[in-house]
Amino acid sequence: MWPAGTRAGHRMAEPEVIYDVRDLVCRFRQPRTSLRHRSPSLTAVDRVDLQVTAGQRFGLVGESGSGKSTLLRCLAALQQPTSGSVRFRGQELVGRRDRQLRFLRGDVQVVFQDPMASLDPRMRVRELIAEPLVAQRAPGSHERVDELLDAVGLPRGSASRYPHQFSGGQRQRIAIARALAVRPSVLLADEPVSALDVSVRAQILNLLQDLVERFDLTLVFVSHDLAVVRHVCDTVAVMRTGQLVERGSAEAIASEPQHPYTQALVAAVPTLRRALDGATPSTLLRDVPSDTASESLVRRDPPEPS
Amino acid sequence: MSGPQPLSGPSGQVPVPGEDAPPGITRSRRSLPASLLVGATLVASIVVVALLSFVWTPHDPLLVQGAQRLQGPSGEFWFGTDRFGRDVFSRLMYGARTTLLVGVVAVGIAGLIGTPLGVLMGSSPRVLGEVVMRFNDLLLAFPALLLAVMFGAVYGSSTLTAMVAIGIATIPVFARVARSGTLQVLSSDYVLAARSAGRTKLAIAVRHVLPNISGLVIVQASVSFAIAVLAEAALSFLGFGTQPPTPSWGRMLQEAQELVAVRPAQAVAPGLAIALAVLGFNLLGDGLRDRLDPRLDDRRGTE
Repeated sequence: MWPAGTRAGHRMAEPEVIYDVRDLVCRFRQPRTSLRHRSPSLTAVDRVDLQVTAGQRFGLVGESGSGKSTLLRCLAALQQPTSGSVRFRGQELVGRRDRQLRFLRGDVQVVFQDPMASLDPRMRVRELIAEPLVAQRAPGSHERVDELLDAVGLPRGSASRYPHQFSGGQRQRIAIARALAVRPSVLLADEPVSALDVSVRAQILNLLQDLVERFDLTLVFVSHDLAVVRHVCDTVAVMRTGQLVERGSAEAIASEPQHPYTQALVAAVPTLRRALDGATPSTLLRDVPSDTASESLVRRDPPEPS
Repeated sequence: MSGPQPLSGPSGQVPVPGEDAPPGITRSRRSLPASLLVGATLVASIVVVALLSFVWTPHDPLLVQGAQRLQGPSGEFWFGTDRFGRDVFSRLMYGARTTLLVGVVAVGIAGLIGTPLGVLMGSSPRVLGEVVMRFNDLLLAFPALLLAVMFGAVYGSSTLTAMVAIGIATIPVFARVARSGTLQVLSSDYVLAARSAGRTKLAIAVRHVLPNISGLVIVQASVSFAIAVLAEAALSFLGFGTQPPTPSWGRMLQEAQELVAVRPAQAVAPGLAIALAVLGFNLLGDGLRDRLDPRLDDRRGTE
């Protein structure tokens, strides 16, 4: 039924395709505004094709509202897309129910943006980190939690505490430890540092990089910050109003962006040199091509005929 | 306010000199919130009095003594006697049983059925949940007393039918509270994280939803308890609840109302008892809610 077995044979020749996304569309219905017309919809992800291969560090950049988090949730099968296909190691994810996704849950884990929101305030750190292990019925969770706390640089004594007793950076370390608990091969990170204090971002980014290296993970990293993505990823895709406008190696995107929107993004990265030259936020805005700056961030679909 | 106070920031947080500073080793011992202490004391004393009434009361609460009618408080009759010459204090003790039983059973029925129902409806597809909840609203609009009177008419008036009817009439309240709490919890990131960890719906409901809505449910239970006690009093007053001569606080209040101009103390005693019980359960509910929330835990030490 699933052409899963066919890929294994090519493994030696070229890196295995982990994610193969074809023509993905994700549309949300908005609240009704009129009794006579159908409720308007909003296209968050619009005909996206992308591939992520094993060992890749894939960065997804775009401003807020560009659909990058929705795309990531589709990859994690936490969001059912409207149409299109998402294949994980050759197996289709679209249209499957949660209980048919066990193979994915043990292999793909997510780190969310705000660690305060993604950690249940009523659970102790030990239960939080062990949750994926318990869900996958993995034995020996006690030692594994200690091991994971070591890996993310938290003292073992943290296990019996509650998340509110930690700082933002420490909480994100807990979330990362939880994501690594089941030894996944793919890590999806949804803006893992944007809710954090600037002073700890670098630490968390370095930790993520170390862990990706150490455990040989494939990383999909979503961020609105091109500078961060360039730091972490080798491949970058730029997203805007639900569509991928450009993709390429991190080097290429940063040094010679092709699409005007990417150029604007690159230009918006603050640099010390420009700041010393007297650039202000208004200078940055002036650099943005006008068609990009003036357009609405979110594209609304034309009303469907009822 | 004496001694050093923390300057600012979310209290109870681990002191963080550098980001990676290990969480402090010492952990402030949990101190009991005052409301929990007072509430538990009040409820415990009612329970003790109710239990004591099984083995000892100053007088027989049912013994009619025509010669002792309507006496004021005295050394022999601490709260006086009612118009049949029965000792008010003994009747209060005896009535505590009825009151506790009605409150506990009614709230138990409502909470044990209503809460899971609400969680289930919160976790079901939106359309199903909405349909069932509109039906729930219909039940909510149905007066509890009317239901109890109906029950009384069909199954005969007794304390049992009264408390079952009150319990059933309170189910929609719990279902509503539990569903709205469930919807809120289910939209949180930690449920998303649990799903991506591979948790089943049932596990999410038990491990995430129930603990996080427990505060809401506990407060609702303490409020419902108070309402149940008052409803039982009203039903007894109408003759559909506890049947004479068994005393209940509601009945005693009702019997005293005709005499309120002559013997106000007669009404004060059961009234005060009801008020203290309601207060006790409300404080107990508040205290339990705070106590069970780990986030409020360390804040207390500095207060």
